[in-house]
Amino acid sequence: MEASITLRVDGRERSLRVDTRTTLLDALRERLGVTSVKKGCDHGQCGACTVLLDGRRATTCLALAVAYDGATITTARGLAASGNLHPVQQAFLDHDALQCGYCTPGQICSAVGMLEEFRAGHPSFVTEGPGVPAALSDEEIRERMSGNLCRCGAYVNIVAAIRQAMGEVGGRETGPGTAERAAP
Amino acid sequence: MTPFSYERAPDATSAVARVAGHPNAVFLGGGTNLVDHMRLGVARPDLLVDVSRLPFSQIETLPDDGIRIGAGVRNSDLAAHRAIRERYPVLSQAMLAGASGQLRNLATTGGNLLQRTRCAYFQDVTTPCNKRNPGTGCSAIDGHNRDHAILGASEHCVAVHPSDMAVALTALDAVVIVLGPAGERRIPVADLHRLPGNTPERDTALERGDLIVAVELAALPVAVNSAYYKVRDRASYAFALVSVAAALEVRNGRVADARIALGGIAHKPWRALRAEAVLRGAAATEETYGRAADAELADSRPLQHNAFKVPLAHNTLRMVLRRLTAGASS
Repeated sequence: MEASITLRVDGRERSLRVDTRTTLLDALRERLGVTSVKKGCDHGQCGACTVLLDGRRATTCLALAVAYDGATITTARGLAASGNLHPVQQAFLDHDALQCGYCTPGQICSAVGMLEEFRAGHPSFVTEGPGVPAALSDEEIRERMSGNLCRCGAYVNIVAAIRQAMGEVGGRETGPGTAERAAP
Repeated sequence: MTPFSYERAPDATSAVARVAGHPNAVFLGGGTNLVDHMRLGVARPDLLVDVSRLPFSQIETLPDDGIRIGAGVRNSDLAAHRAIRERYPVLSQAMLAGASGQLRNLATTGGNLLQRTRCAYFQDVTTPCNKRNPGTGCSAIDGHNRDHAILGASEHCVAVHPSDMAVALTALDAVVIVLGPAGERRIPVADLHRLPGNTPERDTALERGDLIVAVELAALPVAVNSAYYKVRDRASYAFALVSVAAALEVRNGRVADARIALGGIAHKPWRALRAEAVLRGAAATEETYGRAADAELADSRPLQHNAFKVPLAHNTLRMVLRRLTAGASS
C-alpha cells in the first residue's frame, strides 16, 4: 500500500510516493538519496539516524514516513546549508570528536537539538531541583546525549566539543527556570 | 513487515469506531514501540489509525487543582512542564529516566502506558512465548531470566512492564481517561495494567477500540516531596532492573503519608500497599523503612537468574525513603 507525501528536507521540498512500511530513515536514504542520515541499529537504540524533525531531535528509524507528511527535516548536511559549518560541526572538528565518523551526523543533530532543549529550560535526569543550571556540566552533557552511542568510544572528545559549542551558540539567557512549553 | 493501510483519524470518536470495527487495526501514536514490533514481526496489524495529530497535546490545570495530561503529550514536554516538576517531581524524574532525548520527543503519554515488555523472548518470534503466541509456553521461566519478575508472575509469564512513567503514575494514583465505543470511562492506573495469570497476552484492561485520551492527577500535596530512582546496567538509556517511585510526608518524626510503587519487578507497575501500611503512622526511621521493604517483598519468588532483585529492591526502597525523609517538611 502506498501513499503520497511531501517532506521539506534540508531546505528543499521533496514529494514522493512511499510504501506505508517505509520509515523516515529509509525514505531519506533510499528514496531521496540523503545519506547524511545513517542507519545503525534500526531499532531506536543507537541514535545514528537522529535528525531535527520539525525542529526537535528525533530518531527516524522508528518513524513511519507516511505519518510525517508535511514535516520539515534537517539532517547534519542541512546544518551547513549556508556553506558555513554549524558551530556544533566545527566543534566536532576542533576536538576530533570522532573516529570512524559513522555515528557523527546523528551525534551532531542530537547535540544541536539537545542545546535547543537546554535553552528552552528542559531538565535532564541528573538536573537537581526544579531549576535548570545556566551551563551544562559534563555530567549533564553525557546524560542528555546518552541516546547516541559511539562504538569507537569517542565520548570524551564529543563531550568536549559540545562544551565548546554550548559557549558559541549560547547557553541559557535567563537564569534557572523551567519550561512550560517544548523546545521549538 | 507485513503490508498495512494507513489512515489519519479526523477525530477521536471516528478513530475509536474504526479500530473497534476492524479486527486487526491498531492506533499509531509516536510509534517508538509499535513500529519496532512491526519490524520484528511481533505485531502484524493490517490497518494503522494515526491518532498523533488529534488535539490531545495539552497539559491543563483542573478546577480542583489536579492536572489533566493529554494522551498525545510528548514525554519530553511532560517531563519539562513547570507544574509537573514542582508538584510531582517523581513523574518528571521518571519520564527523564526513560529512553533517550530523541525518543522522548516522539513518544506520547498514552503510548508510554501501553508499551510492551522488553522480554527478549517476547521480542524474538523464533522462540515460544505465551504473551506473543498464547499456549506456546514461556521461554524465560527456564531461560535467561535476569531481567524478569520477582512478584506477581505466573507459570505462564514472568515478563516485567518496562515503563518508568507508569510506575510514577501508579504511586500518584493517576486516573486514565479512556474513550471506547460506548463512550468515556475512568480507570485508576493501578487497574489499567494486569498481572499475567493465565492470559499473559493481555497487558491491560483495555478492550478493542479503547483509546487513552488523557491521564489525570489529583492535587495530592504529598507528591511535592517525591522522587524516582532507577537502578540499571548502565548509567543512562537502559531499562530498569529495579526502580522506586515514592512520595513521603513526615510530621513530628512520624510518617503521615506514603505513596510507593516499584518498577522492573512485575508484570505491572507494583503499588507497594503493604509497605505503605507499615509506614503510615510509624516512626520515620531506618528500622521502619526496613520493615516496610520486608513486608512488600515477603512474597517474592525470584527465578534462577534474578534473585539479586530482592535485596536490590529492598535497598533501593530504603534509600529513597531515607532521602525523602531528609526533604520532608515537618
